[in-house]
Amino acid sequence: MKKLLNNKAARTNLITYLVVVLAFLAMQLMNSAGMLGSSMKGFLVPICVYISLAVSLNLLVGICGELSLGHAGFMGIGAFSGILIAALLKNTIPNDFLRLLCAMLGGGVFAGVVGFVIGVPVLRLRGDYLAIVTLAFGEIMKNIVGNLYAGTDAEGFHIAISTSRMPLGEGGKYIINGPLGATGIQKLATFSMGFLLVLFTLFVVLNLINSKEGRAIKAVRDNRIAAESVGINVTAFRMKAFVVSAFLAGMAGALFGLNYSSVTATKFNFNTSINILVFVVLGGMGNILGSVISATVLYILPEAMRSLQDYRMILYAIVLIVVMLCTWSPKVKEYLSVAADKALGIFRKKEVGTNE
Amino acid sequence: MNEYSRKMVKVPTVNLLREQDMGKLPVLDVRNLGIDFGGLTAVDGFSITVGPTEISGLIGPNGAGKTTIFNLLTGVYQPTRGSVLINGIDIKGMPTHKVNKLGIARTFQNIRLFSDMSALDNVKVGMHNEIKCSFLASLLHLPSYYRAEATANQKAMELLDFMGLADVADVKAGSLPYGVQRRLEIVRALATNPSIILLDEPAAGMNPSETTELMHQIRRIRDTFHIAIFLIEHDMNLVMNVCEAIAVVNYGKIIAKGTPEEVRNNPAVIEAYLGREEDDA
Repeated sequence: MKKLLNNKAARTNLITYLVVVLAFLAMQLMNSAGMLGSSMKGFLVPICVYISLAVSLNLLVGICGELSLGHAGFMGIGAFSGILIAALLKNTIPNDFLRLLCAMLGGGVFAGVVGFVIGVPVLRLRGDYLAIVTLAFGEIMKNIVGNLYAGTDAEGFHIAISTSRMPLGEGGKYIINGPLGATGIQKLATFSMGFLLVLFTLFVVLNLINSKEGRAIKAVRDNRIAAESVGINVTAFRMKAFVVSAFLAGMAGALFGLNYSSVTATKFNFNTSINILVFVVLGGMGNILGSVISATVLYILPEAMRSLQDYRMILYAIVLIVVMLCTWSPKVKEYLSVAADKALGIFRKKEVGTNE
Repeated sequence: MNEYSRKMVKVPTVNLLREQDMGKLPVLDVRNLGIDFGGLTAVDGFSITVGPTEISGLIGPNGAGKTTIFNLLTGVYQPTRGSVLINGIDIKGMPTHKVNKLGIARTFQNIRLFSDMSALDNVKVGMHNEIKCSFLASLLHLPSYYRAEATANQKAMELLDFMGLADVADVKAGSLPYGVQRRLEIVRALATNPSIILLDEPAAGMNPSETTELMHQIRRIRDTFHIAIFLIEHDMNLVMNVCEAIAVVNYGKIIAKGTPEEVRNNPAVIEAYLGREEDDA
């Protein structure tokens, strides 16, 4: 155990878990003390969802080094398959928690399978080309889900993808109604489940990073030719990262879908993909705790600034630019450290002065 | 006929084999290898056999096609003609990572380390196929994962220690000094448990004392792991001292093969390096 704590990677992981657990406990305490407003309560589940999405995208963008702009597509697949599963299992599994779990796992598996199918052609590309193609696939997934009809009637379960409305027989009830999205969803999502999802995502991603698979993925990112020369199948490892990332995004999507009474496919568009990417880039490529923190802060920020109305997105953008400059630009960093030194210098002088 | 074929020293390869390699399957058997890039013939008619515990060298002027040959041997390029057999298996059509599994590992002329990872992790990446741990086990960190990691750590440290790099195990590979990076690349290649390693200019950028140290290390690698070593090098001191057989290439063709003495005194080799002496005197 001592050895484990001396290990730098193990220590960072421990800190990450601790931060998440403490944040959860603090939220639970505040909630039971009635300190959380209704809007803040509404943020809890989406924050967990976006943390999971950011962490899973970080596996792909930060660790594997492949830019993907279609993450919201996998989220959407997860959301709608999760909603479908939850609705269909309503009578089979009466326990809400178990049903939610099944829906999330189902959403994850579905997104993972789609990720694999898309990965076969897409992962032949690299860099900018991969980014553009994933963007296209993200939009395709959104449009397919937007034309998906699913419902039950007296004859049983029907599902169709079409541009015209799928007719249902006597006593028919739509679960997913094409462009109108899924309506009348039973809200199953809970903050505890969101917390479990974040823990699970962290567990999978952090474990992966610190295993031989993770080393291979990082090796592919750092130097593809050298990785091949030591016997690593580059395509296989990019695929593994892609599928695991899609699976986790699908799980998060399912939780997201089951948090609202109605969800439309337009939610899972390019904007959402870019938002998740912003969380990852701002938190630091490959920095998992960074993704957790930036997803939380950047999700709350625009919501908290709602009173500023139209100005809030301008402020949001300014915050992004400032944070980017402060963390990445060497010049600004230098300037900040000099300024900090000066400030400290004045402080020290004063201290000396008072001592005399 | 080309002008070099007349001058080629005919030395049966078997004479060059070390006594303990006699009658054994050569670890590397290259027959009539050639590659064209568009209209340019980069390598042509390259044949060589390397015994299981032989140290051999590949020399030639700049641009002679030496690194191209290494790329052909490791499956980075697919040859236009000829075949490469590693431990008796033809690598035709195999991707690089599969060729590596047949028992060939290499270093690169322009160092290709995983610069953001520690030296230890670089070696552990090299051990990738040696670490027996399933995807699920590493995803869930099952007990078998911890066992495999502990074994891997120990073996990686032993390998680093072997090349005198144990002290820098936790240092980021990218921030290591040049000579150390070259040695770390050799350790990473050794970690794949190869039967032959190809060293592409291992002494480039090293000072004379580092080069001498490297010479001892190359011999020690062969004597400890009982593997073959095939190296490209411009440092003639190292090549002549450490190699038991040398092939000289120029313009993608072998112009001489033999022991260091034979190669050193070969007129075709002298001509390739220094140019032809005018006959008008």
